[in-house]
Amino acid sequence: MDNLNLPQHTSHRYNEELEDVRNRVLQMGGLVEQQVTNGLKALLEFDSELGEQVLNADHQINAMEVEIDELCTQVLARRQPAASDLRLVVMVIKTITDLERIGDEAEKLGRVSVSLSSQSRRPAYYAELRHLGEHVKAVLRDTLDAFARMDVDAALRTAKQDGDIDREYDSLSRLLISHMMEDPREVRNILEVSWCARALERIGDHANNICEYVVYLVHGKDIRHTQSRSE
Amino acid sequence: MNSFTDAALPATDSTATTKEAPDLDAQLAKFTGTVGNVRVDNAKMSMTGVDVHYGDAQAIHNVDLDLGKNEVMAMIGPSGCGKSTFLRCLNRMNDTIESCKVAGSLTLDGEDIYERNQDVVLLRARVGIVFQKPNPFPKSIYDNVAYGPRIHGLAASKSELDDIVEQSLKRASLWSEVADRLDNPGTGLSGGQQQRLCIARTIAVSPEVILMDEPCSALDPIATAKIEELIDELGKNYTIAIVTHSMQQAARVSDRTAYFHLGRLVEVGVTNDIFTNPTHQLTENYITGRFG
Repeated sequence: MDNLNLPQHTSHRYNEELEDVRNRVLQMGGLVEQQVTNGLKALLEFDSELGEQVLNADHQINAMEVEIDELCTQVLARRQPAASDLRLVVMVIKTITDLERIGDEAEKLGRVSVSLSSQSRRPAYYAELRHLGEHVKAVLRDTLDAFARMDVDAALRTAKQDGDIDREYDSLSRLLISHMMEDPREVRNILEVSWCARALERIGDHANNICEYVVYLVHGKDIRHTQSRSE
Repeated sequence: MNSFTDAALPATDSTATTKEAPDLDAQLAKFTGTVGNVRVDNAKMSMTGVDVHYGDAQAIHNVDLDLGKNEVMAMIGPSGCGKSTFLRCLNRMNDTIESCKVAGSLTLDGEDIYERNQDVVLLRARVGIVFQKPNPFPKSIYDNVAYGPRIHGLAASKSELDDIVEQSLKRASLWSEVADRLDNPGTGLSGGQQQRLCIARTIAVSPEVILMDEPCSALDPIATAKIEELIDELGKNYTIAIVTHSMQQAARVSDRTAYFHLGRLVEVGVTNDIFTNPTHQLTENYITGRFG
C-alpha cells in the first residue's frame, strides 16, 4: 500500500469521526504555525505586544490537544480501529503531543521577546537568529503540508533538514558565546537569545518526529531511531 | 488548509458508497494471487490448489495454505467468502453435502485426507470440529464427553473413561462448574457451558487438529472470553483453525490470520502484521470496515 487511497468506510459516522480528528489536527497545526511565526516576529522586532499575544494564545493549543486526545480515545473505545485507521489514531495522538510542545517553545519566544523589548539596538547576531528561525518555520510548514497530504516523500525530505537545523543552531551557539566573552554586560540578554535558539532547534526536532509519524501512517514502518549518527 | 481533508481522503463518488452491492468484478480485478507466505516449516496440515464446487458454482478457487503445528490460524472474510467451506474441507464435513466437490491436495501429516481408503470417522477423530451453535447430544454431561472415547474404544475400563471425561472437562475449563452434576443433561447447561462441553467432547478423543466454525457467535462476552482463554490454552498442544466474524477475536486469539474474499485466499500473515499493516488493499478495506 503506497498511499492511503482508500474507499470510504461502510459506517458514515466512523468516516466523519476520523475526518473530524484529522481536521482538528490540521487546525491545531495551523494555530501552532501561527504561534511560531508570531513568536519569532515578536522576538526579532522587539514587539512586546505581539509577544504578549503569543503568551495569551498558548492555552488554545493546550485545549486542542486535550480535545483531540479525547476524540482519539473515543474512536479507540467505540470503533476499535485496525490497520491504517489504527495507525492514523496512534500517529495523531503522538503528533498532537509534538504540536503542543512546539506551542510551548513558541511561548518561550514570546516570553523572551517581552523581556528583551526594551532593547533599542538590534544586536549583530540577530541575522543568524533570523536565519535559523526562518529555516525552522519553513521546515514546520513543510511538515504540516506533508501531514495534510500524507506525503511520504515530502516527509522524508523535510526530516532530512533536521541535521542542517542542528548545525545552524550549533554555529549560532558558538557565535553567542563569543559575543558573551566580548561583552560580559550583555551575558544576561544573550543567554535569553540562546534559549530562543534552543527553542527553535527543539521545534525542528518536534517537526522531525511528525515527519516520522507520517511515514509510519502511510507505510506502517517505524523509522524512528534508525538513522545513523552521521546523518 | 482545507486542502488537508481533500488530500487525506481521496475524492470518492458519493454514489459509490451507497451502492447496494459492491462491484464484484472490480474487486476480483484487485486479486492477483495470495499475498504472504502460505507455507510454514512445521506444517500439520498442508493444502494445495484446493477448488470447491457446489454443483456448478465454484466456492473456493485454487487455495494453498498450511496449518502449522500448535498454531492458531484465524480465517476471516465477509459472508460467503468461502472460509467456512474451506474449514469444512479439512475434516471432510463437506462429504455430507451431495453437490459439493472438493479438488486439490489436502494432507494431514503428509497423508492425503481425501484418499479413497481414508477412514472418515477416524479422520474426524483426528481433526475435530466445534460448530457455531453448541450442539450437545441429548444425553448426560458425562455421556456427551464419553461418547467419542467409547465409539473409538479409547478406554479399557470405566475408571479410565472417568479419567478421560474428567481430564477433557478440565481442559475445557468446565470441570469445576459441572463436577457435581455429571448425570444432568448437557442441554440443561448455559450456552457458554454447552459450547465448552462441545469442546470437551471434541478433545476427549485426543484430536490433533481442532476446527472451530464461529464458536462464539452465539455466546455473551464473558462466555466468549472463556472460550478464547481456552483457545489460548489449547493452542499450546493442538493445531487450531478458527473461522470468525469478529475481527477483534481473530486479532486476540490467533498466531496467523488468513483473509478470504470471493472464494480466494487474498492474504495470509502473522496476525500482528495483518491488523496493523496488511499488504493487500482488499484486506485493508475489510478489516477497517470499508467496502469499495
